[in-house]
Amino acid sequence: MKSIIRKRVVKGTGVAVAGLSALAVAVAAHAEGQTLNIVSWGGAYSMSQERAYHEPWMEMTGDEIVNIDQSANALAGLRSQSQAGNVTWDLVDMLPADAMIACAEGLIEPLDHDELLADAPDGTPPSEDFVDGALGECFVASIVYSNIVAFNSDMFPEDAQPSTIEDVFDLENYPGQRALMRRPINNLEWALIADGVDRDDVYDMLETEEGIQRAFDKLDTIKDSVIWWEEGAQPPQLLADQEVAFASAYNGRIFDAMVSENQPFEIIWDAQVFELDGWVVPTGKLDKVRDYLYFATDTQRLADQAQYISYGPARLSSSDLVSTHAESGIEMETHMPTYEPNFATAIQKDDEFWADYLDELSQRFDAWLAQ
Amino acid sequence: MSDSAAPLTTADGVPLKVSLRRAVRRSKFKALLLVSPLLLFLMIAFVIPIFEMLSRSVANPEVVNHLPRTVAALEDWDRQDVPGEPVFEALVEDLLEGQEARNLGLLASRLNYERSGMRSAINRTARGLRTMDPPYREGVIEANARWGELDTWKIIQREARLYTPSYYLAAVDRQLSPDGQITRAPDNLQIHVNLFWRTFWMSGLITLMTLLLGYPIAFLLASLPLRHSNLLMILVLLPFWTSLLVRTTTWIAILQSQGVLNDVMVFLGVIADEARWQMIHNKIGTVVAMTHILLPFMILPLYSVMKTIPPSYMRAARSLGGKPFLSFRRVYFPLTIPGMAAGGILVFILSIGYYITPALVGGQSGRFITNYIAYHMQTSLNWGLAAAIASILLLVVVVFYMVFNRLIGVDKVKLG
Amino acid sequence: MAIPSYATRGERIWYYVFRGICALIFLFLIGPLLIIIPLSFNAQPYFTFSQEMLTFDPAGYSLRWYQDFFTSSRWLNAIKNSFIIGIASTILATVLGTIAALGLSSRHMPARGLVMALLISPMIVPLIISAAAMFFFFSRINLAQTYLGVILAHTALGIPFVVITVTATLSSFDTTLIRAAHSLGANPTRTFFKVVLPLVTPGVVSGALFAFITSFDEVVVVLFIAGPEQRTMPIQMWSGIREQISPTILAVATLLVLLSMMMLTTLELLRRRGERLRGVTPG
Repeated sequence: MKSIIRKRVVKGTGVAVAGLSALAVAVAAHAEGQTLNIVSWGGAYSMSQERAYHEPWMEMTGDEIVNIDQSANALAGLRSQSQAGNVTWDLVDMLPADAMIACAEGLIEPLDHDELLADAPDGTPPSEDFVDGALGECFVASIVYSNIVAFNSDMFPEDAQPSTIEDVFDLENYPGQRALMRRPINNLEWALIADGVDRDDVYDMLETEEGIQRAFDKLDTIKDSVIWWEEGAQPPQLLADQEVAFASAYNGRIFDAMVSENQPFEIIWDAQVFELDGWVVPTGKLDKVRDYLYFATDTQRLADQAQYISYGPARLSSSDLVSTHAESGIEMETHMPTYEPNFATAIQKDDEFWADYLDELSQRFDAWLAQ
Repeated sequence: MSDSAAPLTTADGVPLKVSLRRAVRRSKFKALLLVSPLLLFLMIAFVIPIFEMLSRSVANPEVVNHLPRTVAALEDWDRQDVPGEPVFEALVEDLLEGQEARNLGLLASRLNYERSGMRSAINRTARGLRTMDPPYREGVIEANARWGELDTWKIIQREARLYTPSYYLAAVDRQLSPDGQITRAPDNLQIHVNLFWRTFWMSGLITLMTLLLGYPIAFLLASLPLRHSNLLMILVLLPFWTSLLVRTTTWIAILQSQGVLNDVMVFLGVIADEARWQMIHNKIGTVVAMTHILLPFMILPLYSVMKTIPPSYMRAARSLGGKPFLSFRRVYFPLTIPGMAAGGILVFILSIGYYITPALVGGQSGRFITNYIAYHMQTSLNWGLAAAIASILLLVVVVFYMVFNRLIGVDKVKLG
Repeated sequence: MAIPSYATRGERIWYYVFRGICALIFLFLIGPLLIIIPLSFNAQPYFTFSQEMLTFDPAGYSLRWYQDFFTSSRWLNAIKNSFIIGIASTILATVLGTIAALGLSSRHMPARGLVMALLISPMIVPLIISAAAMFFFFSRINLAQTYLGVILAHTALGIPFVVITVTATLSSFDTTLIRAAHSLGANPTRTFFKVVLPLVTPGVVSGALFAFITSFDEVVVVLFIAGPEQRTMPIQMWSGIREQISPTILAVATLLVLLSMMMLTTLELLRRRGERLRGVTPG
């Protein structure tokens, strides 16, 4: 708490009195030890947040943080709580695409990033320190994560390990089942790239009927060998059981299985679809979580989180502080989606595209699955 | 003699008829009074919420509420060409107001259901308006090409009413063309009708399975002396009393590819280790687990009907020279039809409404229409469509329920 | 169903075949419930029998999943919630349902069929529809994400069971007993407590048990209207099965099977008592 107090005071020198009184209120509130209901994704990801943010915060302030694994249904939850007029969530970890919708519906607070968030240690304001797209109208990213395809290296001969996204669609040379997430996002992008579309043209193609058809045609070629998963915990499990040779997954889950359980998994970084993930504040909760948000998004905290999970920090200033994995001592850098060689053929998920086309393409995807 | 013509009276002189009627009225009132707290409670906590939800399947307030000026300006539009500057001016005013109030999201979602791309057309345009100067027409079209398309405006005009059939049409894979004609949705978007049929035929199959398995058991229970049948009855009731999730879990443990059944088969050499049966996350999983779960609902009504058939009927048929099978078919079987109808309808009604089991063991091919209601409630957040699908399903259930009520009577339902 | 002495040879064979078929069906009914019991003692985190288990090597068995269960604050909290919600909604459903059943079994109840159909409808309407409806409605009246909301929702779901069992008991209730009590000089209160109540109690209790188990096992409505504080045991199981199916679920499942055995025994005892009181002797 102390360091934050100092920072806040320094920040607020211009309006010192106001700053101090706000501070007094904050400290008073904290003296009682409030409870923060924080919504997140569960699993290894929530664990990394607990270690990097929640535990130090609770220790400093005496606050109680309750972790709720509801991010997958966060938008529905926010809507219903706001309709109920009884918002019980204080801070929500969600995807920028959902945040855009929630913001347009007035469910979450617009954020003034430079006022609310900490500067980088060298004084760079947040608006310049965060990576592109990390700061939305109502959104502040904490991590860059990636949707990748991983494979079980035990299932391929040593001299014929897959390495590109084309290989995932190549049943002849790389036989075996594939586990893909049961949704159009990522799968359509990968299908087009594997079919030879340039990664810069993917979303333009997908806005045309021919492009969509081409993607589905490509998916048709492997359809019979696909197991569709829905929960993030499934792909590492399926790979470990050798039920599938390839599985699309969040890169952090695969990393976790590799280092914690010594699984022989490899990640195909080719055509990784990266996106951001971070915090939004439900309408009316800004004052309650202001201090926590300031703390949990500062340079050191974001770097700390990378000790526990292989997601890249959303702040440029955090990158240099990323060190080794807390448990295994593995150098984290090469496991980050943002590591240069991994990043070479990456595509950024186009949130606006999916905001427009997800409804239609989901239905089409389901109809295609049912055929 | 005048005495005999006078109406009967009670001790205090009131005519007996009147007194009786009064007593009946009083006990009617008393009965109603006893029932009313529960009736009131169910009305408020159950019936009204259901009707309220069903009303969402036609509710369409978004365009009317959020684009009032645009709608008014569109009134004398010729529908031949993209409208002119006045309409765009109205649109800009509406969007600016919505942006201010931060409530454009629902409008954007609503129009996006009708035409993909409208979400960003609205959100992106609204964000850029502050820096835009009149005349707006060109600027708005430049901000998002959707505004330059005739269909966009036809749809806005079409949806400028408080009720819409769109959700129901979508629920049966139909859609309105921009000009308001009902057309079949493109083949690659056909999904709900198939799901409805799948739900119905799989439920039919499950009903048939429960009948095939339940009939012998009910027959055995009904023909054993009570002392033995009571004991066996416990075997029927135990699964009935066991948590649905527990029963679903055990089927996962048994049927999955690393599960008990596959292990046994591999151990016995029936199948190779690499060729384990895929029995879960598909139709097989759903049918097996749900047959198990719903079997008691078939056995109990069958049993209570069979219990009432005197064993002497069969003996009579035999003594009249009927072969065992013939006597059974001609005498016993027809008498059990009410039980089969009761059990069958009950199982079918419960089955088409099941959500948990198909969601957990149905995988992709074994899911029901209920799973799609949940999907639209929780994931796609298209609540109007969820309500439309739900009301169609509810209609089917209510029809079967009424048939059941007419044939058997709900008050004849016995539990345990 | 002994074989009659006049049975032919074919009938004798059929008799044993039939019994065999029935045995298999009973196995289908009960087997799955019994299989999870040993599986829940598996020392390995698998869902199947390990080599050690099959050879009865003690090392193959362990109580670790039970330990997981009893030391996890999430599970314990979920149990607590399940009992709070289950008991509260059972009391409400039983009181409302029993009173209504008294009215329903009156000969003069108007529109009896319609009312009955309405009262039983929560059992018939697909849960997902009830859940969605309650979600919207309870949200609007600020009852979503509260204990009261979940309790009221479960009350509605439990009511049909109470109504059915209590009206069934009352319909077999011999009203001359009341008149007999009156004529022997008992006042109405005394009649109710000494005559009516003992005879109706088995029906009420079994209705209450049904209502309780309905709430205790309910996932869908809770999924839609409960907040994080009201997480119940079925919800915990549901997310456990969907996410990563750990054998802790099997331990919970085993405990729940034991619970249902207890419930069933209670019910059976009640039934016997009811029959004895009514003078029906079991064969």
